[in-house]
Amino acid sequence: MSASILFDTPGPKARRRILMINIVGAIIALGVVAWIFFGLAGKGQMKPEQWDDFVQASTWKNYLLPGLVNTLKAAILGIIGSVIFGLVFGVGRLSQNKLINGFCTVIVEFFRAVPVLLMIVFFNVFFARSLELPGDTALWAVVAALVFYNGSVVAELVRSGVHNLPKGQREAGIAIGLTRGMSLRHIEIPQALVAMLPALIGQFVVILKDSALGYIISFNELLFFARTYSSPNGNVLQALIVTAVIFILINFTLSKIAEMVSKRLSSRVKKSKDAPAELVGAPAGALAAGSVDSAEKDPNNPGV
Amino acid sequence: MENYLSIFTEYNIPGAFWVNIQLTFWAAIGALVLGTVLALLRISPVASFRAIGSSYVNLVRNTPLTIIILFAVLALYGQLGFTLGGDFQANFFRLSVLGLAVYHAAFVCEAIRSGVNTVPLGQAEAARAIGLGFMPAARLIILPQAFRGAIVPLGNTLIALIKNSTVAAVGSVATESSSVMKSMIEFRADIVIPIFLTFAIGFVIIVIPVGLVTTWLSKKLAVAR
Repeated sequence: MSASILFDTPGPKARRRILMINIVGAIIALGVVAWIFFGLAGKGQMKPEQWDDFVQASTWKNYLLPGLVNTLKAAILGIIGSVIFGLVFGVGRLSQNKLINGFCTVIVEFFRAVPVLLMIVFFNVFFARSLELPGDTALWAVVAALVFYNGSVVAELVRSGVHNLPKGQREAGIAIGLTRGMSLRHIEIPQALVAMLPALIGQFVVILKDSALGYIISFNELLFFARTYSSPNGNVLQALIVTAVIFILINFTLSKIAEMVSKRLSSRVKKSKDAPAELVGAPAGALAAGSVDSAEKDPNNPGV
Repeated sequence: MENYLSIFTEYNIPGAFWVNIQLTFWAAIGALVLGTVLALLRISPVASFRAIGSSYVNLVRNTPLTIIILFAVLALYGQLGFTLGGDFQANFFRLSVLGLAVYHAAFVCEAIRSGVNTVPLGQAEAARAIGLGFMPAARLIILPQAFRGAIVPLGNTLIALIKNSTVAAVGSVATESSSVMKSMIEFRADIVIPIFLTFAIGFVIIVIPVGLVTTWLSKKLAVAR
């Protein structure tokens, strides 16, 4: 976005004007921050004793870190499960067998349309009543819901990744005597996986954010611990801000990794031919992940 | 079977979905307005405006919606005494709408920005050539085409918003579907699976037409190039 095409390179007069507006904008931004800060201070929310809990080792040791461990546990199990689920059902949707294809399509479309929260609430009760699971039932409920929803999204990524490969790849595979399945396994899926990597990492952000839904079924994750800890101390607001900052830092890192991967891959992945070269305000590398459907590649998929 | 059918008389299931639709409707309007403003900020020539827009998007997009709605209800209302009028229930409803709108505005902004990316360079150049400044060019030339190019991502955001309206449960909106389902499966242990499927299929019925309309609209409104 360095030189957006929406406006000309500014001349001396426009530069002065932009500088003026720039200063005004910066003052407004600072003003908003100051307004929030002093507004909070005015309501007595900036007292040191409400914040210093979060620099004490005991708070972290007894509440935040165990919560974070559980959040990460759910997220990592969710990521592993979704990738496996996505590969199985993504390949299933590419199958030429109508029965397998139809079954996988119904499953994937169904779980993409059902809110994750609904699944979490259901699995929590269902697991507690019907299955004897080791450990925390709430954890398994969260993981199951994350896997079914995000796995379905990953399945769509796999499918669109394979669909967007140049046709010659499969034809070459068949020409050297591979079966359709072998060509999928050895030629198409490996390339599709590389092409979908940025979108996949973007989906990990969604999984991590969604794990916070476990709060509703009292799963001992970060948000739940933050709330439990802060309620009696009267600093829920402060605890929520600290929790949000932790999530933002982890997710921001993940997003940056996705961006880096997508830049590095832009040279390796074949862009589709009809991608217009010059677009208004297109940042360099915006089309990097061009081999995945525009709707799917968007790592901004608004999970929760 | 009779056992199952009794839940429809005992609980107001269509009413629960109606609450979700209302949450979605108001939040969608809020998110669309806020998201368009953010998109304008992000493509503006002024660096500080761009910075404001991108910080908003990066902060909000990486925060779980659960935290945002909890913040509205527990921090804004509970701790700071901020209300949006109405009685107890209406206040929680509006606070949840506020949280949903704030969260999804970041995704609307990114959807519109991706729509701006579909507008060919010549359009902006032509706009400048006939003497339009930034705002007139954006309003008359760029945004109308950008919206038409952004229908698919905007539709995806709307679908996400419909599903995410269930998170209003943490905002103490007890009449929406996930809260209703929660109390139902806790009381009717004999038919846990049918109850879940009823609600799940309800969402499928709402979400799939939205997806179909989005695809249809994006084809119908595609800018011929």
